[in-house]
This record gives sequence, C-alpha cells and structure tokens, in this order.
Amino acid sequence: MSGESSGGSETSPEMRNISDSNSTANDDVLLSVRDLKTHYEERSLFGGDPVRAVDGVSFDVRRGETLGLVGESGCGKTTLGRTLVRLEEATDGNIVIDGDDITTLSGDALQRWRRDAQIVFQDPESSLNDRLTVGEIIREPLNVHNWKTPAERRQRVRNLLERVGLREEHYYRYPHQFSGGQRQRVGIARALAVEPDFVVLDEPVSALDVSVQAQILNLLMDLQEELDLTYLFIAHDLSVVRHICDRVAVMYLGKIMEFGPTEQLFQKPENPYTRSLLSAVPTPDPTVERDRTTLRGTPPSPRDPPNGCVFSTRCPAKIRPDGFEELSEHDWDAIEVFREVLRERSRTDPSLSERARELLGLETRLPDVEEAAGELFASRSFPSDVQEPIQQSIEAANDGNEEHAREIITAALGSVCDREAPSLLATGRTDSGRSSRCHRHKEEYADPDASRSDSPQS
Amino acid sequence: MSRHARDDNVPLNADATSSRDLALEVENLRTVFHTEHEQIHAVDGISFNIRRGETVGLVGESGSGKSVTARSILGLIESPGEIDPASAIRFEGDNITEYTESEYESIRGDGIAMVFQDPLSTLNPVYTVGNQIKEALSLHQDLRGTAATERAIELLEEVGIPDAARRVTEYPHQFSGGMRQRAVIAMALACAPEVLICDEPTTALDVTIQAQIIDLLMDIQAERDLSILFITHDMGVIAEVADRVNVMYAGEIVESAPVEPLFAEPKHPYTRGLLRSIPSTQTSGDRLETIKGEVPTPNEPASSCRFAPRCTKSFEECSEVAPTPTAVGDDPDHDAACLLYPESMTTDEAVAHHRPADDGGEQ
Repeated sequence: MSGESSGGSETSPEMRNISDSNSTANDDVLLSVRDLKTHYEERSLFGGDPVRAVDGVSFDVRRGETLGLVGESGCGKTTLGRTLVRLEEATDGNIVIDGDDITTLSGDALQRWRRDAQIVFQDPESSLNDRLTVGEIIREPLNVHNWKTPAERRQRVRNLLERVGLREEHYYRYPHQFSGGQRQRVGIARALAVEPDFVVLDEPVSALDVSVQAQILNLLMDLQEELDLTYLFIAHDLSVVRHICDRVAVMYLGKIMEFGPTEQLFQKPENPYTRSLLSAVPTPDPTVERDRTTLRGTPPSPRDPPNGCVFSTRCPAKIRPDGFEELSEHDWDAIEVFREVLRERSRTDPSLSERARELLGLETRLPDVEEAAGELFASRSFPSDVQEPIQQSIEAANDGNEEHAREIITAALGSVCDREAPSLLATGRTDSGRSSRCHRHKEEYADPDASRSDSPQS
Repeated sequence: MSRHARDDNVPLNADATSSRDLALEVENLRTVFHTEHEQIHAVDGISFNIRRGETVGLVGESGSGKSVTARSILGLIESPGEIDPASAIRFEGDNITEYTESEYESIRGDGIAMVFQDPLSTLNPVYTVGNQIKEALSLHQDLRGTAATERAIELLEEVGIPDAARRVTEYPHQFSGGMRQRAVIAMALACAPEVLICDEPTTALDVTIQAQIIDLLMDIQAERDLSILFITHDMGVIAEVADRVNVMYAGEIVESAPVEPLFAEPKHPYTRGLLRSIPSTQTSGDRLETIKGEVPTPNEPASSCRFAPRCTKSFEECSEVAPTPTAVGDDPDHDAACLLYPESMTTDEAVAHHRPADDGGEQ
C-alpha cells in the first residue's frame, strides 16, 4: 500500500538465493524464506505419501510492505503462513530474520518471535473463545508474554479497542454479542496487543460481507501506516489482493508459480496459471467482454504432485512434444482428460470390501476404462502415432495396471512439461523483481500465442 | 414486473409480459419468523418474476433475506417461520403458497429444483453419488435398475464429470468440491425442472472452479431453456450470469433492473455503496469507500426506509415514510425504492408519492 516498492534492484528470489545466500546485502529485508518445505506425514497404519503442502518456496518479505499470497484452496498458502509464525513445523529449509533461523528457534528466542509475529485468522466465528469477554481475549497475549502490570494491560486493551473501531464498554461483552466484522476487529486487536512487527493475515476478510470487508481493509491499511507493520496477506480474492498488496506471490500445489510487484503482475501476468486465475475472476461489469480461459479439472493431490511442472495437468499453454502440431486443440484436450482419468484411477484406494473380494478371488475390476475412452474419443480420429499409444494404454489399464498405462502415454505424448519441473526464472525487465515458473520462458519454448492473452484484467 | 400492471391486476401496457412467458411470479411475499421476543420480517413484501429461459439475480449481503426467499418458494419454511397468507407465488398458474405438503412434493424437483451453497450438506455421505441420482430418477422419472444407472451416468457426463461410469459408484467424499457441486446439479437435472434456484452455488468454490460451474449452468440453461433464480452476494458473479437483477436489503428489494443499467447507473444509494465497496472498482492503495454500520435485523414492519441510518443521502422523511418501488432511469424495468425518486419531482412531491395513500399522509 505504500505504492510500488522502492527497492527495484531485486532479482528473482531463487537467483538472489544463489548470488547471496544470506541476503544481508539488502537491509530492508525483514524475513528471508529459503527452500521452505512443510509436509504432513500420514499417521496411519499403512503410512503412505506425505502431503506436500509447502514444497520448496523461497522469497523475501521487505520491511513495511504488504506481501500477498494468493492461490486456490489446498495450494499451501495457509500452511506457509502458519509455518512462518511457527504454528506448523517446517520439514526443511529456513526462514531467516536478523541472522536467526526461525525454523530452529527454541526457548526465549522462540518466545520472542511469537511476540514479534502475530496472526489474524480467517473465521472470526471460530477463532475467538466464546467463554471469555472481549477484554480477556485481547488481554490474553499480554498475560502470556507478561507485559507490564495488570493495570497497564487493562489500559492497553481499552486503547486497542478504540484503535480498531470498537468502544471501551465492549470490554465486558462476549464475542457472540458481536457481528462478524466486529469480531474480526477483536481478532486484529488481539494480534496487535503485543506490538508485533510482522502480522500474517490469513484470509482476514473472506468471511465478511463486501461493505464490511471494505471497513476492515481500510482499518488494516491505517494500522500498517501508523504502526509500521509488515503484512503477509493470504487471500483467494484477487481483487482484494490487488487493492492492498505491494507484491504478490501466486501459489499452486505448494510452489510459487509467479512473483512480482502487484500492478505489473495483474496487468501483464507471465505465468499461464496466473493468467487463467485472473481471467476466471468475475468482473462487476456486465458489458465487459469475457476472454476467459476456463481451466479444466481440479488441482492434483498434493500427496502425489505431477512429476514435471505442477500445473502441467491443467495448463492451457502446455508445450506439445515435437511432431504433434497438427492435432486440434479439442483432440489434444481429449487426450489430456484421458490422462487425468488414468491418474484419478491409479489414485483410487481399494475399499475394504474390494480388498476382501480380491482375497476371495472375486471380480474387483473398476468399470472398464474403455467406456470413458469411448466417451472422450468418440468422433475423433487420430494419426497412428497417437492412436497406438492410446490403444496400448487402454489395454494396460484394462489389465488393471494404471501406472503402466500412464507411463505409455507420457513416453509417447509427454513433453518437457511432464518430465522436468521448471524453475523460477526472472522475467520482465531485468530489474523488475518479477519471476515465474514456466518452461515457456525459455526461448526454445516461447509461446507464440502468449501475447494474445496478456492483461485479462485491465 | 411493472408495479402498475400488478396493482390493477390487468396487463394494460405492452411491457406486461403475458403470464404464459412467466416461469415463476412472486407477489408481495412476506415471510415472518416468530421468536420469543420479536417477529423477524426476514422477507418483507417483495415482488419479482422470472421469465422462461431467463436468469434473474437476487443479490444482497448476509441477512438480507435472499435464502429465506428461496426456501419460501420451495415451501421449506417451517415453524416458527410463516409465509403471510396474502403472499402469492405463482407457478404454472397456481398459487403454490396454498399448496399442501403433498402437492408441494409434486412440484419440488420436478417443477422447481434447488442447488445449495454447500454440496456436502446436500449429498448424503453414506450413499454413492450414483444411488442418490438414481433415487431422484426413480421418484421423478420412474426409472429403475439398469435404465436408471445408465441415465445417471449420462447425467454425470452431461455435467462434465469424466469417467462417469466409475464415478457413479463413488461416495461424495471421493469427489472434489467442484465435482460435488456438479453432482448436485446432475441430481437437480435428474428431475427435469422448469425452474432452477441456485443459492450461492459457487460461493464455497475456488475461482477457477467457479468459472467452470458458471459455464456449466449457462450451457445447461441454453440447452434446456431453464429459468434460473441465481442468489449470490458477489456482484461480479451477478454481472456475469444475470439478465435482470434484484438487490435485496433487510428483507426488501430496494432496486431492480436489467443487468446493464443496474451496473451502469445504479440508482439506490445502497446499490451504489455496495458497488463502490468492491476493491476492483477502485484505484489500488486508496481507502475503500464503505457503507458505515451493518445490516439491521428487520424486527418490525417497515414504517421507514431501512437503509436510512446508513445512508449518506438520507433526510428527515426517510425515517417516516417507507419508500415503494418507483420507476427510475430510462429503462422501464428499472425500479428503486427510495424517496429520492422520481427525479422529476421535488422532494416533497416525491415523499408524497411514496406515502401510503390510505393513511392520509399522517404518520
């Protein structure tokens, strides 16, 4: 909200990471996140793959800025926010502030970080204890951190109430007597009680009506200016992010797909995912002509992310292997959907009764994949170098070997997007501070149509 | 739609659509909830209609009465709630508010179907998705056995679920959020309804999935000539899907218009405020315009403008006279309930225009 960031000498976070691993050179950096991973292990009998909620992210948070973190549900943005304030334990990587690594803090140092970093939660209904008065709720962090004398604490709470737009007499009321907007004000007052430097705002307005949402956003902007706060603003509502954030990180399936100054990123998104995401936002203007790229399907499971680019299963700009240029969009789409079907099938766990049937030697097969294939490929005719691998793959799937079926297709029709994970590359002007994770940024794969879909939002 | 035509009960002017083109007509609907201390007028005298093949939007903040309107249409209001006997909801020539429960059952699903916000609360977790669609098919289309299974698979394919033959055997928890909402839409379509009420069908979904569901609903509408009542709080979604829009505030419709004039020239101060508080309509970094205060609970009959305490344009009479829908703007279908209108009158004349005729101007 302080307009465009002033730094201007930034390269992409990963490149910074290479050139200057301590990032002490830039003293306006509050917090450096490097290759951070937070995985959730399965605690069941069979173990299973961990959920890769945050899977290797790197970025800097500058002092006094509002850094936006956007993405769809399940992309890991909330886990990332919670990891930064040590509500979740990182699996790997570091979060460095003033030379200390937050992921390894303990004792007094940890206590200090838990005072300096606060969080405002999404749901004001569930994040306030209904049995405490509003005054007690806001006072709790002061008690925990043993802040000054009880009388001073009470006074501080009264000041905070007023500061967030409530009244002193609200001290003795209970949360249920307040509306959603007022409860979120209480949540903000609680976060600010111990004078933090850094506040994670986890979807602070998404549970609120639009007119109330505007009040809370204004309050947050005022408080930041007054108290020199640094915000990490997590949201799925892109118009809110555009309004309030200086820089934005776009996440998908545990990875940062694109990073850059807000206005530039919204006006000229570089990454195919950011482009699709922005074009999906409905504009409150019925006369706007819609040039939407509706994404197919849903994000894959973070237990089993794709081998190559995490977005490759839905990407509208996915690179085709050489020699298949003449295939139509629709034909190619049908193949991608078929791959998705195989993917879904290979992920289905057999139920207990299915396991039992298997033990007894009874029929357990899923309905034949042929039916799904028939539906998808009806009225399409493919050249033989496409038709053959599809046929082989259908046969493999019918034999119950979905994994093999997927391998056949990937080997014959997969491209660099399926095999190789792209790294975060600097894009835009050299000193723009923008980066994006996509193979299309390499010259050999440059998308001839990329300019067409520029600036879906103006 | 035009108030005058309704008052006279005779379609005098040309724009009064003949009732055959109307899929649903809501007239002076009042739904009251009786609690121990007070009566909540959740829906307080609203009138609107839906033409065949049209999407009508109902937009408002939480507590404005949108969902109660939907439940009233479907006959789902239970004690302590009650629909005022003077209300009328006309569907296929009948006033369905007079229906008995069993008569209602004959139109629920078949005539008017509903898609709710949360697909998980619509789907039963202990039955497969296929079984739930088949239940609807056997109830409404008298299909059973293999025929029903095949139809269920067709319906899932129609709503864009790949590998439907396998999906039909799965349980709701095995579906993603967007897939579940598709399955719910498939269930609604199983009954071949005339009118589909969508109550915040995309609110719980991510924006890319929301786009898929909106595309799907629009496709289905074009294919089946469905009439849709689309309820949401999201002005962006409304701008995209609706042909005509009704803006609700505290149980009343404060403005109604075709979608383009509503967004181009909102007339009611509430609609204006609502549009201005959307961040994307303002320059980034600036303070957002807000509407001060919060939505009130309508706990007594309207004797004044319910928006007046929050309105920047309010004047003395706003707290004395309840405004009635009045034609505003160039479009004949554009009405707003506000004492500022009609613009051609002086304030005194306008107030007199809104004052109920029978109490002689005394209040």
